[in-house]
Amino acid sequence: MKEKFNTIKSTAVPLPNENVDTDQIIPARFLKATTREGFGENLFRDWRYDSNNQLVQDFILNNPSFNGKILVAGKNFGCGSSREHAAWALYDYGFRVVVSSFFADIFINNALNNGLLPVVVSDQFLQTISKGISANSSTPITVNLENQTISFEGKKETFDINPYKKSCMINGYDDIDYLLSLTEDIKQFDLQQS
Amino acid sequence: MSKTLFDKIWDKHIVKHKEGHPDPLFIDRHFIHEVTSPQAFDGLKKRGIGVFNTSRTTATADHNVPTKDQHLPIKEALSRHQVETLRKNCKEFGVELYDLGHPFQGIVHIIGPELGLTLPGMTIVCGDSHTSTHGAFGTIAFGIGTSEVEQVLATQCILQYKPKRMKIEINGPLSKGVLAKDIILYIISKISSSGATGYFVEYAGDTIENLSMEARMTICNMSIEMGARGGLIAPDATTFDYIKGKKFAPQGVELNKKIEQWKTLKSDEDATFDKVLTFDASDIGPMITYGTNPGMGIKITDRIPTPEELKDISEQPSFIKSLNYMGLEPGSQLLGKHIDYVFIGSCTNARIEDLRLVASIVKGKKKAEGVEVWIVPGSKQVEDQARKEGLDKIFEAAGFELRSPGCSACLGMNEDKIPAGKYCISTSNRNFEGRQGPQSRTFLASPLSAAAAAITGRVTDVRELIANEKLTMAN
Ligand code: SF4
Repeated sequence: MKEKFNTIKSTAVPLPNENVDTDQIIPARFLKATTREGFGENLFRDWRYDSNNQLVQDFILNNPSFNGKILVAGKNFGCGSSREHAAWALYDYGFRVVVSSFFADIFINNALNNGLLPVVVSDQFLQTISKGISANSSTPITVNLENQTISFEGKKETFDINPYKKSCMINGYDDIDYLLSLTEDIKQFDLQQS
Repeated sequence: MSKTLFDKIWDKHIVKHKEGHPDPLFIDRHFIHEVTSPQAFDGLKKRGIGVFNTSRTTATADHNVPTKDQHLPIKEALSRHQVETLRKNCKEFGVELYDLGHPFQGIVHIIGPELGLTLPGMTIVCGDSHTSTHGAFGTIAFGIGTSEVEQVLATQCILQYKPKRMKIEINGPLSKGVLAKDIILYIISKISSSGATGYFVEYAGDTIENLSMEARMTICNMSIEMGARGGLIAPDATTFDYIKGKKFAPQGVELNKKIEQWKTLKSDEDATFDKVLTFDASDIGPMITYGTNPGMGIKITDRIPTPEELKDISEQPSFIKSLNYMGLEPGSQLLGKHIDYVFIGSCTNARIEDLRLVASIVKGKKKAEGVEVWIVPGSKQVEDQARKEGLDKIFEAAGFELRSPGCSACLGMNEDKIPAGKYCISTSNRNFEGRQGPQSRTFLASPLSAAAAAITGRVTDVRELIANEKLTMAN
């Protein structure tokens, strides 16, 4: 059972870089934990800290005026490795929504499986929000999963989400719950395989 | 109705369709390793359930293992804990583990095929995106996240929506010095690192048909680097020959029966794909990447583009950031650029054929002064074979270090890291910022190009080195 997802109204952090891969989100050397918790500490580690472990002042997450539960990312976010740790790190850090105009496939699945909502918007809307919050970090974004809408400063877009995944997010179910209900069918199927 | 190979395999593996739910896809073979499995086993424990069918899961330790002194306990505490956790979990749940020191241990995508665990027509998953490698045998193979690893352990199924189908056809003979790695780097450079997102790719055409299994694996391996879920190649006589005699593959009459079935595994003539791309092999030369995603590749003889030359000007800021990271000038040549490290390894290019190719270039030569060269075989079996053939002697004489199997500097999780600011020419698959170590700089290239660079200490067109030598290209 996961946390249930309803409407989120929050300020946001803009990170407009394109092609942010999961090695940036959580570098491999921090994948050594055997639990799901605590990865937020090393989210974007090599962008947040320099090689002497000093905070990189001009990196957006280190700027105290930007915070919130929503990350406004650039195109092709989450490409690269299948590490679910990327979704765990974003969630553990406090994000509940990532907005982009394009996500890598595996990242979408990993995010949805962990209560992190990927919201795909048009390139234009992404630009609008990204520029808008960069200029004024206190402007909130509202994401309504039930209605599949995202709104910002009076502008609104609807986004797509798979209906099954949507109901899972809203009810806090996960895929295993559904698959376990099919155990008998699967056993039969397995027996028929050569 | 006519079907693509992908559809044929997929449709045969749907356990039960239920309206409004994604299809449960039955998984024939599941590979696990130490990094993405511990949380999945934890999940099983919390639910109080076991592994659905242990005979369908195989484990190995690869991502986080040292490549030196593997017989000693792992020094780094966290890595040791991760490998020990895998051991404990495999024992508790009854999963076969090829642990450090086991003759079958190695990188998960190298051992599956070489043990005959990967067979045509299968569905295969693993918590690692390069699971696409197994597609070379005509399988649906793709990487999954840890929650999905838990699903497969618990139910032998995964909930999936069907991706779109793409065909990439390559025809014509390859020129000398051009390898499978160059083909795939070329394709990715043409369609970008997200060009196949949402698709499953079938590679076809006579260039592909003429490739060895090892080379086909290199191609399928990097499907994920253009965003594809996976890539596959229809099995043929080359595939069947490779499988023959492999440890866990069917043998004798049984094998012949299987081969008859496997022969039907191909896309129907008139099957439709959502997208078809065609390339001409004669246009492909040795390739190298200059940036921080695998799509940023050029022919080794070309110059790096300038921001103005980009098709999509919105990419200029990322492009400039990337070149800054790499310490490279737009519009400059890579040829002749000084390098510090050479990494020959990873599930892309650490099979025996790759090591043979490297040896063919370096035989009787020495590495350049100041360059460090690591050869990390993909598996214990590859290592043993290399020693049997005397390749270790050739490497040793050249000043190369032949290490023990593992992922090593492909992802820099163990101590094999490229130091900050240093340039590494690597046969692996990713050139992301910091992938091979914090602030490391990666040039992706073929094993031949990497070997050539090891000898000269510079980015080198391997064709110049082999111009006067008789070299049989296995490709
Ligand atoms: S060699 Fe690299 S890409 Fe391959 S499985 Fe290991 S870490 Fe992943």
